[in-house]
Amino acid sequence: MQGELSIFYTFHFYLFGLIAVVSALLFVTRKSPVAAALWLVNTMFCLAAMYVLLDAQFIGVIQVLVYAGAIMVVFLFVIMLLNLGHPSELADARGLGWKLAAGFVGLALLAEVFALTRARIPLPFLELKPGALAAQIATEGAIAPIAKPLFTEYLLAFELTSVLLLAAIVGAVVLGRRRQDAG
Amino acid sequence: MLAESLFFSAVLFVIGVVGVLTRRNAIIIFMCVELMLNAVNLSFVAFAQVYGVAGQVFVFFVMTVAAAEAAVGLAIIIALFRHRHTVNLEQINLLKG
Repeated sequence: MQGELSIFYTFHFYLFGLIAVVSALLFVTRKSPVAAALWLVNTMFCLAAMYVLLDAQFIGVIQVLVYAGAIMVVFLFVIMLLNLGHPSELADARGLGWKLAAGFVGLALLAEVFALTRARIPLPFLELKPGALAAQIATEGAIAPIAKPLFTEYLLAFELTSVLLLAAIVGAVVLGRRRQDAG
Repeated sequence: MLAESLFFSAVLFVIGVVGVLTRRNAIIIFMCVELMLNAVNLSFVAFAQVYGVAGQVFVFFVMTVAAAEAAVGLAIIIALFRHRHTVNLEQINLLKG
């Protein structure tokens, strides 16, 4: 997908990027948690589209399935369960001082990241040829290029992930359970 | 597309940071953290196009950790809500000096 990018490709990349940023802004400014969660889902869909444009079709699919599908549904369920709609919960933005501080931190972070992007140190010995990933996906399919390193080079990390998920399941059940002995 | 992706990634990350700093609702702060994780994932995917597919493998791990974090974090929020009947972090100040 490198080299001469079509106007169609570039247009859609910027379009989805802009929708993602606007949805994220709406997400942090909404008062109602449900509206905020739905705007975040919109951001995640746009990010999935950007992943597909960046030759990461499999990541795009699991972004929709896991993030927009599973994780955000859990968030919405918790919002529903806690019944977070009444006015005392809605007025939750911090005061002017905090907003100014947040704006300052945001500007500083943005400036820092842009400075770093400008001064990107090229690593030519690591860089693939333009379009190498797209060519690999065209010959091997979208999943094989990820599956191979996942089950060879990163096998230990992959196995440890299962332990992490088990710990998370046990932790969530223990924390979510009503205490029987108390009272 | 690397520079553009990093630009969008940085903007989304900063929006997440500003959200964490300006909101008091624990669930919304938690969602802001998810937004920051997503922004970093975008950087990973963009770098994967230039430096090889390992970046996409890392996104896979980040998503797993995010799922585990969401499960445990939301369980903590539910436990907290049972005790204090609020998710407003201004009113959850037991450890405040």
